[in-house]
Amino acid sequence: MEENNHVKHHITPLSTYIKVAGALLLLTALTVITSRLNLGAFAAPVAFGIALVKAGLVMLWFMHLKYENLLNRLTFATAFFFLALLFGICFLDVFTRIKISGVL
Amino acid sequence: MSTNKSSHVHHFAHHFKNAEHEYQSSKEGIWLFMVTEILMFGGLFVGYSIMHALYPTMFAEGASHLDWRLGSINTVVLILSSLTMALGIMYIQKGENKKAIVSLALTILCGFLFMGIKYFEYMHKIHLGFFPPGQLLEHTQQVGTAVAHSNLGLYFGFYFSMTGLHGLHVLVGMCLIAWVLMRTIRGDFSPNYYTAVEGVGIFWHIVDLIWIFLFPLLYLIG
Repeated sequence: MEENNHVKHHITPLSTYIKVAGALLLLTALTVITSRLNLGAFAAPVAFGIALVKAGLVMLWFMHLKYENLLNRLTFATAFFFLALLFGICFLDVFTRIKISGVL
Repeated sequence: MSTNKSSHVHHFAHHFKNAEHEYQSSKEGIWLFMVTEILMFGGLFVGYSIMHALYPTMFAEGASHLDWRLGSINTVVLILSSLTMALGIMYIQKGENKKAIVSLALTILCGFLFMGIKYFEYMHKIHLGFFPPGQLLEHTQQVGTAVAHSNLGLYFGFYFSMTGLHGLHVLVGMCLIAWVLMRTIRGDFSPNYYTAVEGVGIFWHIVDLIWIFLFPLLYLIG
């Protein structure tokens, strides 16, 4: 039996998409401006902090994760969990080494 | 066969309970694929981070050859392309296929713009002698480019492999969007069935997502 009227999926309104795109463009401008400000040691954390916010916007609205079911959200989240593991364990190795001479 | 596209009947594969089951299964597969994409690019980011921390002045020298204005333009281009991609899906969900076709076409156009700028950037670096990174010292000497660090090839190894892999994804994405664009023109999609467009869209947003991190990493953080 052909069942054609499947569950109506959430449709994000045009205005929301425009707002998200606007926010992304503003944050891009912010990234560029702060990079020219010479923040020294804070340059990287600030740049990545802003990048994380932009990533969040893309994931939640453009990729529709805000309205995805829990299984797909958890599946995608595991990618970042394992990436954090990769970063963490590699950094633990490299940055706890004692330099005998030169680098590493 | 009905000519009214919004009442298009979608015949789902028989091993699924119903069309919704097929849709959710497809989405699951797409997200699993995205997990592999994150981890693949993530590995390169880990490598870059470690080497950057170990050779900060050499990385600064490499980064000095990148133009942040071109990188910024490309960031804007990809953000706009993500918008048009999302709108393409939205219009199909609402049964406005003509607008969807325009949105998808604009997305491909943005892809062309991005790759055009990338090509321009690559040619500039090749002319300076930075490619291939394994022969950087010989080539820069031949061309006359001043090189302060003898291991500068390490920087450009990361630069070309990371932006190259990303650029490859942009090209593949453009082909995928062209495919769903042709299917939209053919009338394959309707508010009852648009799974392929959404899958391609999620892939395209991953491409944008990667660039959101690649841009500050390569262009802004000296």
